[in-house]
Amino acid sequence: MRTRYLIGCLALGACAGASDPPATLDPDRALSAGEGTVLDTTRDAFGRPLANMRADRRDAFFVGNSFFNRTWVAAPTSTESFDGLGPTFNATSCSACHFKDGRGRPPAEGDRMLSMLLRLSVPGADAHGGPAPEPTYGGQLEPNGILSVPGEGTPKVSYVEQPGSYPDGTPYSLRLPTYRIDELHYGPLAASVLISPRVAPMVAGVGLLEAVDDATLLALADPDDRDGDGVRGRVNRVWDEAAGALRIGRFGWKANQPSVAQQNAGAFLGDMGITSPLFPKENCPTSHLECRAAKSGGSPEIVERDLAAVLFYTRVLAVPARRNVDDPQVVAGEQLFSTIGCATCHVAALTTGAAAAEPELQMQKIRPFTDLLLHDLGEGLADGRPDFSAGPRDWRTTPLWGLGMIETVNGHTLLLHDGRARGPEEAVLWHDGEAKGARQRFTELTRDERTKVIAFLRSL
Amino acid sequence: MTPKALLILALLVAVGGCSGSDETPGYDLDSDSQAQVVADAYAARVFAAYQETETKAKDLEAKIKAFVAAPSEAGFTACKSAWLAARPAYGRTEAFRFYGGPIDAKDTGKEGEINGWPLDENFVDYVKDDPDAGIVNKPTEFPTIDAKVIAGLNEKDGEKNLSTGWHAIEFLLWGQDLDDAGPGKRPYTDFVDSGTAKNQARRRTYLVVAAELLVADLAEVRAAWEPTKGYAATWVTRSRKQSLLDVFQGIVSLSGIELGGERMTVAYTNQDQEDEHSCFSDNTTADFAANQEGIAAIYLGSAERPGLSVLVKAKDAAIDAAARKALDDATAAIKAIPAPFDTAIKGEPGRQKVKAAIDALKVQTDALVKAANLLDLKVSTKA
Repeated sequence: MRTRYLIGCLALGACAGASDPPATLDPDRALSAGEGTVLDTTRDAFGRPLANMRADRRDAFFVGNSFFNRTWVAAPTSTESFDGLGPTFNATSCSACHFKDGRGRPPAEGDRMLSMLLRLSVPGADAHGGPAPEPTYGGQLEPNGILSVPGEGTPKVSYVEQPGSYPDGTPYSLRLPTYRIDELHYGPLAASVLISPRVAPMVAGVGLLEAVDDATLLALADPDDRDGDGVRGRVNRVWDEAAGALRIGRFGWKANQPSVAQQNAGAFLGDMGITSPLFPKENCPTSHLECRAAKSGGSPEIVERDLAAVLFYTRVLAVPARRNVDDPQVVAGEQLFSTIGCATCHVAALTTGAAAAEPELQMQKIRPFTDLLLHDLGEGLADGRPDFSAGPRDWRTTPLWGLGMIETVNGHTLLLHDGRARGPEEAVLWHDGEAKGARQRFTELTRDERTKVIAFLRSL
Repeated sequence: MTPKALLILALLVAVGGCSGSDETPGYDLDSDSQAQVVADAYAARVFAAYQETETKAKDLEAKIKAFVAAPSEAGFTACKSAWLAARPAYGRTEAFRFYGGPIDAKDTGKEGEINGWPLDENFVDYVKDDPDAGIVNKPTEFPTIDAKVIAGLNEKDGEKNLSTGWHAIEFLLWGQDLDDAGPGKRPYTDFVDSGTAKNQARRRTYLVVAAELLVADLAEVRAAWEPTKGYAATWVTRSRKQSLLDVFQGIVSLSGIELGGERMTVAYTNQDQEDEHSCFSDNTTADFAANQEGIAAIYLGSAERPGLSVLVKAKDAAIDAAARKALDDATAAIKAIPAPFDTAIKGEPGRQKVKAAIDALKVQTDALVKAANLLDLKVSTKA
C-alpha cells in the first residue's frame, strides 16, 4: 500500500510543494534515530523497535515488551517469574511510570504521585562517591507497600506562580514547585535531607545514546571553558556496579547511571523493589521492621534471562521521525535555535560507535539534541542535591528528540526534571546558569521568531 | 531503490504535506449500507455474549452460595464445574476489548477487576510458605470483607494489586497449582469451620463477595450494550467507519498482541510453569480456544448476524478467503495444543504445537490487518 502511494505521489509531483531547505540544514534531519528511525505519529510512536531490525529479532523485542508492561505481584505466588514486588515500591510495572515508553509527569491536583519520584539523601557521599542515603528512608521515597507493609509516606507538590515578561512586554508565568511528604510512616526525615524530584524520562532511544562512544562525549566536554563561551559541559563519573569502577554517566536526570543495564536494574530495585543479579539486596532500611520481615520473591527476584529481555527491549526502542521538517516556520526555528546558542548543549547530531551492544545501534548518525553532559542551569532549577560529580545546580542536557510527540503519547506537555514547565516555552525560560545567555537571546527575539523556535521544538 | 532512500522518500511524503489516501476511490464505509448492518449485528452479538456470560456467572454465584451454606465435597466440585463452564463464555467476549469500549474504557472499564492477571494470590489467601497471607487471614487489618475492601485494593494501574475477578475465585476454588501434572488441590475443608487452614468463615465470605462483584461488574458491561441504551445507543449512531475500526482493532489486538504474543510467545520463550492465565485450574488451553472462537465469530458472522467477512468479500474475495483460511488454521492449531499448557510449553510434542499455534496466529493477524486495510481501516498492531 505504502509503495503504491509513494509512486503515485511522485508521479503527481505533489511532493515538490514544500520549499527546499537551506543548504546549511542536515538533509536527513528528520531521521532522529538514523536508519532505525520509525514513521509513527500515533500514541505508539515511542514503542516501536528500530526500523533497521531484522524480523527474526522481533520476538525477543516482544518478550521484553511483555516484561516491561507486566505487573509485578507480592511474593510468594504461583507466577514465580513475576513475584517479589516491594516490600515498598513506587509502581508495580515499568510501564506504570514509563507509559507507552514515554515520559512521566507530576501528579495533577488531588492525584497520587505515580510517574514521578523523590530522591532522598543527606550531605556527604557513600563509599563510591554517590549520594549518602537518608538514614531512615534510603535513597528514594517509596509511597506504596505490599499488604502489611506500610508505604513510606505520601509526597505532595504545590506550585506558586511567578509572573514575568519578555522585553517586548509579552507576559508569561512560570510555576515554582515545592515538595512535602505527608504521613511519614517511619519517623521524621533527617533535618539535613536533600530532596530531588524526578519524573520518569522517555525510554525510547536510550540504546542509541548508550552507543555513543565515551571519546565523543569527552570531545564535547569543556570543563574549564577554554573556548570562553560561558558554557562548560562536564561528564559525570559514576559508580559502575558491574565493572566495580567509576565510569562516565549518561542516564538519569543528573547522568548518574553509566549504562542501560544498570539503569534498568536500578529501577527494578528502587522503583519496584525487585532484586536482580546486579542488585541482589532487598531495599529495606534497618528501621523498617515490616519491610524486613516481608517474604522475598526469590534470590534474585528477576533472573538474568528476564532482565536481559528487558535490556534488549529498552535498547532497541526506536525514536520516531520528525514531522514538518520542511515547514518554513520549523526551518527558521531550527536556525534560530542554533544561532541563539541552544544547540551548543543540545547538540543536534551524534554518531554512534562501531562497538555498540546490538548491530542495529552501530554507526548510526542520530539526532538526539543533547551532549549528554552536565551543565549548571542556575539556582531556579537546582535540586541542591549532589550526585557523584554532578553539583547541586547541575543537570544533564536532556535529549530533545521525541519532544513534540509527548503530548500524543502521554497526554501532556509537562517538561523538565520535575514537570514544572507546562510546555517548551516555559522550559526554555527556566534555563539559567550556563544557559543564561541562550535564554536571554531567546527572550530578545521577536514574538514571531519565538513562535518559530517553538514550532521547531514541536517538530522533534 | 535502497531501503534508506525509500525511507527518506516515505519521510518526504509524511512530512511534506502531500495529501493522499489508501482508500479505493469512491469507496466510503460510512455510506455503505451493508457496513451499517455489520456494525449493528456486532452490537447485538456483544450484548448477547455478555448476557450469556452474566447468566453463567450467576450460576457460579448460586453454586458458591449453596456451597458455603453447607460445605461439602460435592458442592465444591459443583462450584469448580460452574467456573469452568462460565469461562468459555467470558473468553469469547475478550475480542470486545482493546478499543476503549465499555469493558476497558479508560478510568471506568472493569476489565482489570473482572479478569486481572497475574493475581496477587497472597493478597487474597494463604500461599505456600506463608500460612498467614492475604486478606482472609488478616482479621485485624481487614475486620470486614466486602466488595469495597476487595475492589478497593484493586484500583489503578501501578498502585494497587489484583484481588478480584475470575482468577481470585479460581484461586479460592483450586488453590495454588504446585503440581506439574494437574491443577491446584485446595481441600473443600478450607471452607469448613475447624477444617483445614485458618479463618474458614472469612474465606467463605471472600468467595461469596468475589462472586457477587464479578456478577455485578459483568451486569454493568452487559447493560452498557443493551440495545438503544448507554453505549449501544451511541454505537448505532456514530460513524460506521469508527465502529468497524474498533471491531477490527479488538480482534487484531486479541489475535496478535494478547493471544499470540502475551499469552503464548512469552510463555513459550520463558517456559515458566505458571506463566499462564488460568494457572490454578489448568484451564488455559480452553481459554485460548474461547478467545479464538470470539475472534472467528466476529469475522465470520452468522446468517442472523453478518460479520466483517461480508464487507471484505464484497471488495476482494481473495483477501476474504485468505482470512477465512487463516482463521480455520489458527483454530485447528490452538485445538492441537495438549492440555495442560504449563506442561505443553516445557517439552515435546507440546512445544512444537505451541509454536505452530503462535505461527498460525501471526498469519491470522496479518490476514485480518490486510482485510482491515482493504476497508481503509488503520488498526494498530502495537502492544
